[in-house]
Amino acid sequence: MSRQDLAETAENASLNQNSYAKKGWLKKPSQELIVLATALVCFLFFAVTLTGFASFGNLVTMLRSIAVLGILSTGMAVVVIGRGLDLSQVSVMAISSAWVLTLMSSDMSLVTIMFLGLGFALVVGILNGWIVAFIEIPPLFATLATGLVCFGVGRWVLLSGVHAYPPKEAADFLFLGQGIVFGLPMPVLIFLVVAGVIHVFLRRTTIGRHIYGLGDNILAARLIGISVRPLIILTYMISAAAAFIAGITTAATVASMNTEIVNSTLIFDVLLVVVLGGVSLSGGRGGIVSVVVGAILIGILLNGMTILNINSDVQNIAKAVVLLAAIIVDRRLHPKDEETDKQGDH
Amino acid sequence: MSSITETIQKVRYKWSFQRAVAELLAKRWMESIIPFLMMCMVLIFCAVAIPGYLSFSNLSDTFSQFAEFGFVVLAMTLVLMVGGIDLSVGAMFALADFVALVLFNVFEIPVWGVIPLVILTGALMGAINGVLIGYLKLGAFLTTLVTLLLFRATFDLITPIYAVEIATGYQESEVWDFIGDGTLFGIPANIIILIIVAVIAHILLSRSRPGWHVAAIGSNRKAARHAGIRIDFTIFCTYVLSGILSATAGLVYATRLNSSSSNTGDGLEVMALTAAVLGGVSLAGGKGSVGRALIGATTILVLINGLVRLGVTGGPTLVMQGMIMLIAVGIDVKWLKNKNKAISKIYVVPAFLDLGERPDARINSHTVFEQNSKLNNARAIGLGTIDGPEDVILDRQNRLYAGTREGWIVRFSGDNHEHQEVFARIGGRPLGMAFDAEDNLIICIGGMGVYGVHPDGEVYKITDETNRTPWKINDDSRLRLADDLDIAPDGKIYFSEATIRYEMHSWAMDGLEGRGNGRLVCYDPAKKQTRTILRDLVFPNGVCIAHDGQSLFFAQTWACNIMQYWIAGPNKGKLEVAIENLPGNPDNINRASDGNYWLALTGMRTPAFDLAMKKPGFRTRMVKRVPPDEWIYSNINNGCVIKFSGDGEVLETYWDKGGESHPAITSMREHRGKLYLGGLMNNRIGVIDLPDADPNWTGPENYWGPK
Repeated sequence: MSRQDLAETAENASLNQNSYAKKGWLKKPSQELIVLATALVCFLFFAVTLTGFASFGNLVTMLRSIAVLGILSTGMAVVVIGRGLDLSQVSVMAISSAWVLTLMSSDMSLVTIMFLGLGFALVVGILNGWIVAFIEIPPLFATLATGLVCFGVGRWVLLSGVHAYPPKEAADFLFLGQGIVFGLPMPVLIFLVVAGVIHVFLRRTTIGRHIYGLGDNILAARLIGISVRPLIILTYMISAAAAFIAGITTAATVASMNTEIVNSTLIFDVLLVVVLGGVSLSGGRGGIVSVVVGAILIGILLNGMTILNINSDVQNIAKAVVLLAAIIVDRRLHPKDEETDKQGDH
Repeated sequence: MSSITETIQKVRYKWSFQRAVAELLAKRWMESIIPFLMMCMVLIFCAVAIPGYLSFSNLSDTFSQFAEFGFVVLAMTLVLMVGGIDLSVGAMFALADFVALVLFNVFEIPVWGVIPLVILTGALMGAINGVLIGYLKLGAFLTTLVTLLLFRATFDLITPIYAVEIATGYQESEVWDFIGDGTLFGIPANIIILIIVAVIAHILLSRSRPGWHVAAIGSNRKAARHAGIRIDFTIFCTYVLSGILSATAGLVYATRLNSSSSNTGDGLEVMALTAAVLGGVSLAGGKGSVGRALIGATTILVLINGLVRLGVTGGPTLVMQGMIMLIAVGIDVKWLKNKNKAISKIYVVPAFLDLGERPDARINSHTVFEQNSKLNNARAIGLGTIDGPEDVILDRQNRLYAGTREGWIVRFSGDNHEHQEVFARIGGRPLGMAFDAEDNLIICIGGMGVYGVHPDGEVYKITDETNRTPWKINDDSRLRLADDLDIAPDGKIYFSEATIRYEMHSWAMDGLEGRGNGRLVCYDPAKKQTRTILRDLVFPNGVCIAHDGQSLFFAQTWACNIMQYWIAGPNKGKLEVAIENLPGNPDNINRASDGNYWLALTGMRTPAFDLAMKKPGFRTRMVKRVPPDEWIYSNINNGCVIKFSGDGEVLETYWDKGGESHPAITSMREHRGKLYLGGLMNNRIGVIDLPDADPNWTGPENYWGPK
């Protein structure tokens, strides 16, 4: 079977899935639709009950937080579709962007600095991918450890303090977070571009389709001639690049980067978005559209809970319970095979 | 080659360092050697780099922290062994610490009430993990990552409510203080508790059925499932135990410090995970022990303490922790994957073996070994319906028995042995056979030991182990490859074990090694005792008690000779070579009706193979670099049976020229003027007439008299 045939077959499979979803969508709505409907209901509920929720200022804030969460989640989705997981994302996001902020006080050009920051993120991504693909350490351990290393190196070598601030005159940079183009805040625009590019990459390119194959059955993928190891590295590189973009967006929006974000529960939010969005942790399933929908739902929920002045610990408990429920449902829908179950799978 | 070089080679390859390494590597306890050395190195490093590190006050300070960390590492080890992971140990630890302090300081519950309540709290938290992972079959890593968030958030939520009361409340209790900072014989009380728990855990894990179930599930879930182990329940239990151990750690911590802060137990899970893996507990599950857990815990604790004392701060510590974890896990993954490959690369250790001048067996050579066609027209029994009759034997009723590759004993009866039936199903690989005085069929089973079959077909075990060789690295008490046997007039069963280094399926590797790996063993039915009588034999194969019952003959297949060993009479204990320098590899030996002996030659020597046996280095390289089907072996494309006298003189040879119907004959039996032929890889049993033989002679009568 040639590559083209393969791609066509995959295409047909996804078409069939779509047509199935269309035919029976009244009977059995897809996960995206359920999540979208829930998001709408939540939005309406908060808009009616909470004063200030539907105000323009809050909507922009909400869209910005959705954007950052969404960028991280699209990157994570690529890894999860390839049956991996990247716990080092928040660490990469914090360190690479804080480093960029630190370097901006030197006399290097912004473009050079950006490339340096992206380069750092990509190095961590390559390291992650190499450890997972070649040393064959389960991705969760590998990325947990590289997250520690990345954060440690940042604090030790690259940064001077916990917080990093851009210089006052960095208007170009701050535009990335605070500017408004076509009536949309820049973070939202960046998110849409990232989501669009990755969507096209996953659905319309051969390599993108191969990532689905990799996640579905890595042995079969290898047998039909996909170079699975470089492909795994690529998924972690995409995830790290997304983390960098998310970090820059955050830094530009609030004009600072607090590296303590590593100790926050942001990574759980990302996992929540990905799992709720229907990207199964068993790999090979889901797409960017559902991740976008998931990000909207989580963004609305978090924003609503914050306005309700719910204690962050209670929020965390709620997140944990919802995430557990989502994982249980995911496991029910896509049960793992007791017989072929591999150690170290999530 | 000069004889000096040969002597040097002989000595050099007689003892092998490589063999010791290969055998050591196969030992399970070897896996903890590297972690142990690492621990020693860290200890030495700290002792040298930090002044006053070895002082009593510093050590007892370090060790008082050891107890709680040890409990947490034990918890992690337990779940790692079942093939899971528990990242919520740190949060459970913090919650248990908090619960203990609230119960003790705020509600003033006596210690004997606090302890069970705290442990119950731990068990409940563990049960949440257990239900999710054991019964709902969620992935352990992600699930416990989420419950970590859940427990931690709960902890953060309720801590502020009681923070002031915990700090100000106080209850006088001797027990509480004793657990916290008391000592017994100079050892901190909490360490004593840890030691007691560790000993119990060790016995539970290594000596009890539930412990074996845990290791079984961890090493192969599928196999454990097929063996009928209750996987869901066992996994559930390990997580509950993990919760209990973490809670105990929290309790010990509470008694020691009487405080609880928002960062209590933060990052403890990563530290515990690193410690467990560093100690040699495998992430893949199934491999681990309490000892390894404690070695790892000591290493990490000493290292982190040392770094703090050296003034190393945040960043480098994190980098180090991450790197240690990556390296430890990486080595674990790669070691597990490649261990067997590495062992098999160095396991075969050829020795020097000089076989001497090869006798000429060619046609027109006019030697006693000259090839002929006496076996070429042998009639076939069970053609195509029997697989690999290594040995054949006939009973008093003229029925023919043979062991097959399926592990069956097949019986042929009828005038021409046309009726075939399965007499007994034993398993393993049935090899040499003999009848005892009560007409029981005694059989050597490759891979199992020596078994007997009553005339009614009932199978019973005779022996499957002998005394262990002293000072041997590998435990060689189990019988790996019992090959052939014979029974002395006093009922003792003498049998050969061809090799103690290889299994039935890899016997040919032993041939490439050409080393004295075999032994002669005797089972005494009166004492029910199995004892090794001769060691370091070169693939001892056929065994036959001489007609006078005073000695026995046995064949050394790779050494191409027949040995005679006296078991009774004035010469008892004497061992000498009866025939040396055979043209092929001897196999089974059996009695002939005329007072002589039959011997099967299973393979023929070739000049190339003889030369190879003198070149151990060549064979080592061959085994390492060439695929097995290209290796040089002895030639097994001929069938040959020899008759020799009790004085060691070869009298006659019977050849199946070209090995057309009976190649690689491994056994032959004379019975009522006929000779029956068996072969390890043949699909038939052969039979030829012996015109000059006694037409009424049978084996059982010759051994045990008429009945």
